[in-house]
Amino acid sequence: MKTGKLLQFVNCLILRNHKLINEDLWVRDGKIINPEKVFFDEKITADEKIDCKGAIIAPGFIDIQINGAFGIDFSYNTDKVEEGVQYVSKGLLEHGVTSFCPTVVTSPREVYHNVLPRISKRAGGKHGSTILGIHVEGPFINVEKKGAHPSQFIRDLNEGFSSVLDTYGSLDNIKIVTLAPELKNADRVIQKLTSLNISVSVGHSIGNLKDGEEAVRNGAILITHLFNAMLPFHHRDPGLVGLLASNKIPQNRIVYFGIIADGIHTHPSALRIAYRTHSDGLILVTDAISAMGLQEGKHNIGQLSVEIREGKAYITGTNTLCGSIATMNQCVKLFKEATGCPIEYALEAASLHPALALGISDKKGTLNFGSDADFVLLDDGLNLLSTWIAGECVYKRL
Amino acid sequence: MRLVILDTAAAVAEWSAKYVMKRINDFKPGPDKYFVLGLPTGSTPYGMYQKLIEYHNAGKVSFKYVKTFNMDEYVNLPRDHPESYHYYMWNNFFKHIDIDPKNVHILDGNASDLVEECNSYEKKITEAGGIELFVGGIGPDGHIAFNEPGSSLVSRTRVKTLAQDTLEANARFFGNDINKVPKQALTVGVGTVMDANEVMILITGTHKSFALYKAIEEGVNHMWTVSAFQQHPHTLMICDEDATLELRVKTVKYFKALSAVHHKLIEEETPLDQFRTIH
Repeated sequence: MKTGKLLQFVNCLILRNHKLINEDLWVRDGKIINPEKVFFDEKITADEKIDCKGAIIAPGFIDIQINGAFGIDFSYNTDKVEEGVQYVSKGLLEHGVTSFCPTVVTSPREVYHNVLPRISKRAGGKHGSTILGIHVEGPFINVEKKGAHPSQFIRDLNEGFSSVLDTYGSLDNIKIVTLAPELKNADRVIQKLTSLNISVSVGHSIGNLKDGEEAVRNGAILITHLFNAMLPFHHRDPGLVGLLASNKIPQNRIVYFGIIADGIHTHPSALRIAYRTHSDGLILVTDAISAMGLQEGKHNIGQLSVEIREGKAYITGTNTLCGSIATMNQCVKLFKEATGCPIEYALEAASLHPALALGISDKKGTLNFGSDADFVLLDDGLNLLSTWIAGECVYKRL
Repeated sequence: MRLVILDTAAAVAEWSAKYVMKRINDFKPGPDKYFVLGLPTGSTPYGMYQKLIEYHNAGKVSFKYVKTFNMDEYVNLPRDHPESYHYYMWNNFFKHIDIDPKNVHILDGNASDLVEECNSYEKKITEAGGIELFVGGIGPDGHIAFNEPGSSLVSRTRVKTLAQDTLEANARFFGNDINKVPKQALTVGVGTVMDANEVMILITGTHKSFALYKAIEEGVNHMWTVSAFQQHPHTLMICDEDATLELRVKTVKYFKALSAVHHKLIEEETPLDQFRTIH
């Protein structure tokens, strides 16, 4: 929205350079700007001062793994795809999420060809959170670690990159691919996807540490929901978890990992282990399913039926967890509580870190000058007060 | 001259801030009557700015009708460099107060024509009606603004090549690399500051004590440019105990005996005019 209107957020603590500082935030034409330049060059003052009453201002949350919410599932809801995505993106504003990657789990080829072209990347605003691109989680995963994914649609990479193209159809709307690195031809596929500016995440895998390291050397940058759907840590072969402390990662590279801090999928102690061993790479993801924001009962995820019992989501009739129903705002709070990390860190794990992993930190995930003015106002207890996209208030708690 | 001797540097900060506040408020500035303030940078005035921000936040003073002129700026240093005086003034003072950016003046060390920049700065000061109160600090070698030892005591705003001492002293701000220290600066002249109605100079710390001695106990001398203010009708020197170490006992005792009078200068209800006539 280019109005030239100069906004000054006053009486706030802003998160900048990993610190909460007492500083005003200046915004114009959807961007965070340097007030010093405005002062000395343009010699003007703000058109509007917004009193934040001591609130914290943090970069808007970025959720890179979310399967759906509010009764909509991106993989299952194949008829009214656009409306579904739109509905969820709008609802996410109430949870501080300003950008997200709609996640499509292992599905039949027809579903990919039908759904993927209809979830376009688009800028956020009052209509909803920014869509950064789709996270396709599967189908090139290991059936041994399928989790809630339907095994009949899991595929191999025997035809190399052709398998990828054949399965997904167009790659235009894809931002992240989760695959199992131990699959045959995974190396070539990872290289190719990386060269297309698609982030490769390893997961749903029985790969060992060597498989993980090889994948990283080929360009993989993420681990999908650490600890979940991978081999448990073993001291003689630490598996993909071992990537957190590997000394075979190319210099200047950071391996990022999504982690579900809903208090159920990852034990608080496991959160602390991840935080203490490799804090730079930690990304909070909700991995939320369609039932996020819904009542207890039966719902759908992918091609499967899901049941919510006592705040937990199971595959109907089993005890297999299939996704979280915690919101990003809750995850930030839970993570901070579990690890005792600084507030700044918890907030950056939901903003800066995913932005770095996706290579978009020049625009998203920080409050630096020149960044998109996507941010959240929070109280001391990290409860959401309001959500802003491109300098516009898109949600305000009443 | 008045010499106000206070216990600590913190007391100097508070006293000087209160004085600036009182002068502005007594002046009763308005849209047709701006208070024109000359300002320094550096570590000495930092505490004063902190206090002024505090008073501003408490609603005790407004800068809405204040015009400011800064003393100096480096040549060819990017404005957003942490050592630039633009950066200093923005971060340590201007962004915290209600001043209109149109009323702020700092010499532009990146101007294409530096001589013209200096000349027009003098004109702007004149057009603003001259400076009512010029606040300054001094260097250990007795310089005021960038008027290095040997500067003319009637100098005006100009380009100045910095002394080797200054470059060495400033290297610590530029990664201890003397080659990165700007070699030139734009500075108001001693004469420019002399033209102000009143001059207040802050001196703190033992390393400034010899300069204070040279400034007030010896003759006017262009090797200690701050000594020029011996000839200004309204000079106010504010120092801490440490800065008095090189002064004579007689000097210190005389001015300390006047401290009761000096403290009246910053009392809100005291009209300053009466002090002007009982020097």
